[in-house]
Amino acid sequence: MITLKDVMTWVNGELLTPESPLGLECPKIFASDLMSDVLTSAEPGSFLLTGLANPHVISTCSVADVAAVVFVQGKRPDANVVEQARAKNLPLIATKLPMFEACSRIAALFGEKVHGR
Amino acid sequence: MAGEAVFRQEFPVKGGDFAKAGAVACRIKDLLKELGLDTPVVRRAAIASYEAEMNVIMYAWEGRVKLAVSPSEVRITVDDKGPGIPDVDLAMTEGYSTATAEMRELGFGAGMGLPNIRKNADAFRIDSRVGRGTHLEITIHANGHKS
Repeated sequence: MITLKDVMTWVNGELLTPESPLGLECPKIFASDLMSDVLTSAEPGSFLLTGLANPHVISTCSVADVAAVVFVQGKRPDANVVEQARAKNLPLIATKLPMFEACSRIAALFGEKVHGR
Repeated sequence: MAGEAVFRQEFPVKGGDFAKAGAVACRIKDLLKELGLDTPVVRRAAIASYEAEMNVIMYAWEGRVKLAVSPSEVRITVDDKGPGIPDVDLAMTEGYSTATAEMRELGFGAGMGLPNIRKNADAFRIDSRVGRGTHLEITIHANGHKS
């Protein structure tokens, strides 16, 4: 099982919502800057990797049952967005890694912990 | 609707009000959860509501979202006053969009809104009049699990 803490560690991320449960399971990853794609294709419980850091990301994740968000490429949501996420119990992580590098590292994490490669 | 509605609520949506985008869909989601509907049904209703709400905000001047819940179904009706859709079949095509650059920068306007509403609905009806507005009827079975 991969957890919020695993993802945070593997992307050298910072948890922007300190009260979030580090043991939260990450069953799947969905990566996109298009909220339209999140609404059509992200599976419930997925973690979202995105370079978009506006309030619509939080609303979209809430509606689509996305379990956590990783902001890539050094993008950081402002305090209002973080507050909105906390109100919805949505964990937020920020990493300086670019999207491809963050995805690659998490893919390696899944390979190691889930598929035993 | 099938069966008498046991719960009804109506929500106004203001065109161009991006700051409040998603507020109606999140409220609908919370209400449906409180009413005890199944999680997949709640999710589909929330997604369809959100897409419809965004369409009003992005394209119309104002609109109203009406939620009606009966023991057998969730019905979401959206009426807007706006420019209407000249070619509904084209608007229902995945990827077709008239969104502005500003809308796309927010992560929307990929031309998936109406097709995604249809995908999440068990029944979907759209009626649009150019220069007047658009009417949507979205029905989701309360005990069904659409694949």
